[in-house]
Amino acid sequence: MPRTEFSPSITSRPVYPGLTPQGATPAIMLAEGPGAEAILDLAALDASVMDLAHLIYIPAGHDAGLRLAALGAKMYREAPSYASALERYRKALADARMGTTLYLAGSEGMIGQAVAEALAAGLPPEAIQTEHRGTIARRMQCVHCKGVTENVTIDPFLCSHCGLTLFVRDHFSRRLGAFQGVCVDAETPGIVPEVQEIKP
Amino acid sequence: MTSRLLRVSAIETLSPLVTRFRFEDPEGALLPLFSGGAHVVVEMPDAGVLRRNAYSLISDPMDGSGYEIAVRREDGGRGGSRFMHTKVALGDLMRISAPVNLFSLDLRAKKHVMIAGGIGITPFLAQLKQLARLQMPFELHYAARSRAEAAGLALLPASPQVHVHVSEEGNRMDLGAILGSQPLGTHVYTCGPEGLIEAVAETGARLGWPKTVLHSEVFMAPPPGAPFDVTLAKTGKVVTVGPHQSLLEALEQAEVEVEWMCRGGACGRCETGVHACHGTIEHHDHWLSDDERASQTKIMPCVSRFTGETLVLDL
Ligand code: FES
Repeated sequence: MPRTEFSPSITSRPVYPGLTPQGATPAIMLAEGPGAEAILDLAALDASVMDLAHLIYIPAGHDAGLRLAALGAKMYREAPSYASALERYRKALADARMGTTLYLAGSEGMIGQAVAEALAAGLPPEAIQTEHRGTIARRMQCVHCKGVTENVTIDPFLCSHCGLTLFVRDHFSRRLGAFQGVCVDAETPGIVPEVQEIKP
Repeated sequence: MTSRLLRVSAIETLSPLVTRFRFEDPEGALLPLFSGGAHVVVEMPDAGVLRRNAYSLISDPMDGSGYEIAVRREDGGRGGSRFMHTKVALGDLMRISAPVNLFSLDLRAKKHVMIAGGIGITPFLAQLKQLARLQMPFELHYAARSRAEAAGLALLPASPQVHVHVSEEGNRMDLGAILGSQPLGTHVYTCGPEGLIEAVAETGARLGWPKTVLHSEVFMAPPPGAPFDVTLAKTGKVVTVGPHQSLLEALEQAEVEVEWMCRGGACGRCETGVHACHGTIEHHDHWLSDDERASQTKIMPCVSRFTGETLVLDL
């Protein structure tokens, strides 16, 4: 699965310029599903990026574990979900020194949360590289009840917490790593636009 | 710039070359508080020439009872520091600007690492007091040639976070070691000679530090040079800049209004358009981009000079 090209939008919407090797500097890498391919491409450009890398892989149904393990990262671990990878990822950030590069590849939900975590840990935004691969499903926060609905692929959608019908906006919260969903029929209760698939 | 007349209430020798001055309101009124890294501009009426030099405040930012500065005597300079050392006496009234901060701490940082070379210690003296109040993690590295020259020693708190590197004693500052082991969220502040600032930038780049977390302030007084003339486009008036005068000072003497803030080529406030230039502008600022410099269409009168036929300013 190649890198996703998103259509231009408002400044708030995150962009994912792709991974560029920074040489054999200390690195934390987090890949999810087809994001593994981005790490494989990165290592193909410069194998030395793996020398001091701590690579965490969340397969999410994509089977690239053996190929990633063969890249020779200083440390390689797999986790079944972002939630289960979180303690290891937090520890890696807490132990990291300035000069560390963070490489993130996978879905918007994973990248958004991982960036928020890294910024909170003090990593400068310039040290974070991102590449989107795989599902374009969004992690949405309901601006009314504040509940987060994962893997949203349609617009409008039902908030899984309060049940309001929410419009999928491009407004993104860097702190939460989530897009904002706003009630679509507040003025005209019950009159809801036709449901569409979310496009990149 | 807003300014006020303050009384010199203390003068203390810190080292053979550095003297501390304290200013207080003559009526005992409290002065505006500031933040660590701020400077004030001191006016010095020196034999018909009005000099204005910027000095970092070294006193406690939360103490409005007075402002303190430390002045290093530069005998090769234009005379401002010599004036402070030889002409200023206890009880004198001097005009001091309101504090301005172009070198403040980035309070989003999780840790602050301060690197000072020589008299570059001054802004950090106030920042240390601010950090102590904020109870934030920090480290200070102070490099000086010899103990006698290290004027800051007398004013630094004895603390395990304060590291003094005296090169004469063979205890040189190891930038690689300092920048090589800092936790995420560290910001670095460097103040001192240009060489030190470049060395920190190079070491940071080698170790993968983003530029955005490396802050610096060069200690810049307007450099002296050969005298030159400038023509003002609006009036056709010709102003002569003396060898120990900056272009800004010459314009002020000729009663031409130019806005300023730092008088050290850092803030950008005095940026002036160049109408015509036959010759070479000697850019000494840290404000204009390389392209702007090369185009010779802008000049920073607080520090930059000119050699050549004619320089016409948009004034
Ligand atoms: S006054 Fe600040 S750059 Fe000239």
